[in-house]
Amino acid sequence: MKRYSALEVIARSLGDSDLVVSSTGMISRELFTVADSERNFYMIGSMGLASSIGLGLALSLPERRIVVIDGDGAVLMNMGSLATIGHFAPPNLLHVVLDNEAHDSTGGQGTASSTARLEAVARAAGYPFSRRVASEDDLRHALDETPGKGTAFILARVEKGAMEDVGRVTHSPEEIKARFLTAVARA
Amino acid sequence: MLERHGFNFATGVPCSILRDIILCLSARDRIRYVPATREDEAMGIAAGACLAGKKPVVLMQNSGLGSVINPLASLAIPYRIPVLLVVSWRGYQGKDAPEHLIMGQVTTRLLEDIGVQAHVIEREDPEAAVSSAARAMEGTGIPAAAILRRGIIE
Repeated sequence: MKRYSALEVIARSLGDSDLVVSSTGMISRELFTVADSERNFYMIGSMGLASSIGLGLALSLPERRIVVIDGDGAVLMNMGSLATIGHFAPPNLLHVVLDNEAHDSTGGQGTASSTARLEAVARAAGYPFSRRVASEDDLRHALDETPGKGTAFILARVEKGAMEDVGRVTHSPEEIKARFLTAVARA
Repeated sequence: MLERHGFNFATGVPCSILRDIILCLSARDRIRYVPATREDEAMGIAAGACLAGKKPVVLMQNSGLGSVINPLASLAIPYRIPVLLVVSWRGYQGKDAPEHLIMGQVTTRLLEDIGVQAHVIEREDPEAAVSSAARAMEGTGIPAAAILRRGIIE
């Protein structure tokens, strides 16, 4: 499965009021390219903190579903976040990790996720729902399964390599925030 | 005092100097305290709360400042996410355990170098530093810090 195909599947699964936090690098760039929306909070830095931002949003907006789109390198950078999320276990948080076992945005250097099973870490940390999927169909089914299951973790194995003609997020950080706040206010 | 300034969400990593503040925050109904594993994680959680309309505080020891430089420089400052940092000042005036001495020398300078105002809390008027930091946040839209030495707030 290509990363952008996984992103398209995730984007199609979103409800009108869902909010998205996407990790820095190719994940945000490809999400911007395939499904730009003001409800997407594209990170441009602070690798590893997407899930923490998602936790702060989920605890503060219990009526909204927060979807974090993370990478394996970013999760490994901030594994403590899995423990904090598992501890509070907000039922409105969905944490999707696009795992290509590499730091793809910086040249494809390998990560420890080729041996560390992040979906098992999430389960052990207290996420009540955790799945590993490797195809678009299985990702779609796992996404369909999440409502009502509590804090959910889906690890989607994706291939290395970016889509052709991937864009760069053209909105400035302040614009990303302003657009996102509009989506938050829309309820 | 934090409640009076409208702060209604707290996260952070403990320090003995901050023990009573964290105890107090954890017992409040109107403020939620979320213990984080690291200071950068706390910055992320606070940023999320802020985007959700909360007014967050991040509590930490100055030994954690190194961990928050990047979340300040690449998240809170460029996106204009105003978070109040309450930072304890270990190693103040060189009187502390060896691991605190270097950070103790540069605590306020480190923050000011990346454009974050650092207001030191004084015994005579502890609220002044918090008021100044809160005003700075309103003016600039970016985080500001209140720095707390040992023995100032019981």
